[in-house]
Amino acid sequence: MFSLDRWMEVFDTIRRNKLRTALTAISVAWGIFVLVFLLGLGNGLNHGMRANFARDATNGVWIVANKTSEPHAGYDIGRRITFENRDYDAAKQTRGIDRITGQHFTGANRFSNTMVTKRGGKANSFAVNAVHADAIYLEAHEMVAGRFLTDVDVRDKRKSVVVGRPVAAFLFEPAENPIGEWIVVGGVPFQIVGVYSDPSGNEQERQMYIPISTAQLAFNGADRIGLLSFTVGDAGPAEAQAIIDTVVGQLAERHKFAPTDHQAVRVFNNVEQFQRFQMLFWIISFFVFLIGMGTLAAGVVGVSNIMMIAVKERTKEIGVRKAIGATPRSIVLMIVQEAVFLTGVAGLLGLSGGVASLELLGKMDNDFIKNPSVGIGTGVVATVILVLAGALAGYFPARAAAKVNPIHALRDQ
Amino acid sequence: MLRLEKVNKYYRVGTHSLHVLRDIDFHVADGEFVSIMGASGSGKSTLLNILGILDDYDSGEYWLGDTLIRSLSERRSADYRNRFIGFVFQSFNLLPFKTALENVALPLYYQGVSRRKRNQIAAQYLERVGLRDWSEHLPSEMSGGQKQRVAIARALIGKPRLILADEPTGALDSETSQQIMDLMSEIHSTGITVLVVTHDAEVAARTQRTIRLRDGKVLGEHEASLSNPRMAAMPADKPADKAAAET
Repeated sequence: MFSLDRWMEVFDTIRRNKLRTALTAISVAWGIFVLVFLLGLGNGLNHGMRANFARDATNGVWIVANKTSEPHAGYDIGRRITFENRDYDAAKQTRGIDRITGQHFTGANRFSNTMVTKRGGKANSFAVNAVHADAIYLEAHEMVAGRFLTDVDVRDKRKSVVVGRPVAAFLFEPAENPIGEWIVVGGVPFQIVGVYSDPSGNEQERQMYIPISTAQLAFNGADRIGLLSFTVGDAGPAEAQAIIDTVVGQLAERHKFAPTDHQAVRVFNNVEQFQRFQMLFWIISFFVFLIGMGTLAAGVVGVSNIMMIAVKERTKEIGVRKAIGATPRSIVLMIVQEAVFLTGVAGLLGLSGGVASLELLGKMDNDFIKNPSVGIGTGVVATVILVLAGALAGYFPARAAAKVNPIHALRDQ
Repeated sequence: MLRLEKVNKYYRVGTHSLHVLRDIDFHVADGEFVSIMGASGSGKSTLLNILGILDDYDSGEYWLGDTLIRSLSERRSADYRNRFIGFVFQSFNLLPFKTALENVALPLYYQGVSRRKRNQIAAQYLERVGLRDWSEHLPSEMSGGQKQRVAIARALIGKPRLILADEPTGALDSETSQQIMDLMSEIHSTGITVLVVTHDAEVAARTQRTIRLRDGKVLGEHEASLSNPRMAAMPADKPADKAAAET
């Protein structure tokens, strides 16, 4: 198949017909460029939205104790509900629950949990979350040093604390290693066991975590829990709702409120929310895909058009070559080879251009667009489609032209 | 060299059938210099297509050498055209983006001759038609006569036994036409059979024999002797050797 002489002939023809070559190349390169750029932009948009969403576990459920709004079992409305350790223990046994943590609020107000944290001469107010070891899964934090709280910390009521990156930065000099150091939280000394970061940013990081058992003991919390949070694995919205109903049903029985009373406990369900967001992601992806396909289709039509016109323009040349002794096969091969080479090179140019533009776009710091990129496979597939289109678009008219009686082709001017 | 026996050709136009060639009978001997004359629409182009294996015929027989030319594969007919026949056209039909040298060398490309070798050979043929210094020029930079010379060199490079010329002087002034016909005679003198299709009596007069066509029929054959004193002495039955000897 490979023939140096035929390649020379192809290069020669390409080189000596600059306008035709440029038009074909531009249409192909532009098609691929727009496709790659759009797909990358769509991906970037998707990544950006996901990053905004990533502050909490996407399969998390939060249940907060509140006041009753319906009379039940002889109790009046407006009774304050407070969860206890046994609620946590019971919920932990519920099927479908993956990770679970309670949270005890140490502050004077119901949901306040800020306390003064000191080290040496430095002091500042940070949110202090008194939680179980599974809290890290619900908050979707990432450890940057040391470890998170463990079940042993909770069981032994250890004075361990995990601090956010800015907290460590505030309390320590850059050269210091905070792990193992002691700080004073709400008047009680705690030892730092880990430092974490959060993809969604600063507010989530200006916090610290201590074992719930230690907090209940040290800050006069008895066995009170203000918030129960858990993840439901990969359950869908319906399964998640069933799990929530089970947990709320148990709580209603234990604390004697109506299971229908939506004020007694408040439920925040990320599963449902995430489902809605996924729909949005899907729509964006689909939209981008649609535009990409449209661009590709336009590119295919454009390339086909140019190829057909190019072959038409070459009718006479084909007639001459045939009269001189070219077989129809050699003519078709020549045109297809030229088309494939041209669209291939132009496609790669467009691909590189698109990837380079995405790289530039990614360098710009933007909350909505993060890491705009295209899988190399997508780009290659798009290029191959255009090359195939070019080849087919060259093939059919070339075959027709190669069949034309050369004398007719030559007289047709 | 070639022989046609009761060749018929129809063109189908919608439901009608156009009888273009009717029972064409003639033969051309090896080394003859023959013209086919006729008005436009007389079927001479169709006849040329059939002779050049560019078109099929419907009935009869066309023998080229010892081969019956009938429904050959595209590949074989391309091969015959390449090695057996050289074409010269009215409008030259050089590839505009190739130099004179490359145009002349093109038939050898389809014979699989290497680039270097075919360019060497093409240079020799260009020299033969007096255009050695024009080898690197594009057709657009040459005059009509020069272009036709390039086309003739291209027709000759495959060492054909038959040259088919379709109105070779149709686009040229009378002086240049004379020069081109001189060149044709010269080619003929090397033993190659030359067949010229024309409607120009002066061109026909330069050949040994004229076959006249009208409405798809052969009207009759005229020896060129009356109008061409140079060939007057030539006996009709042994034209080739004599012609070669005299020129």
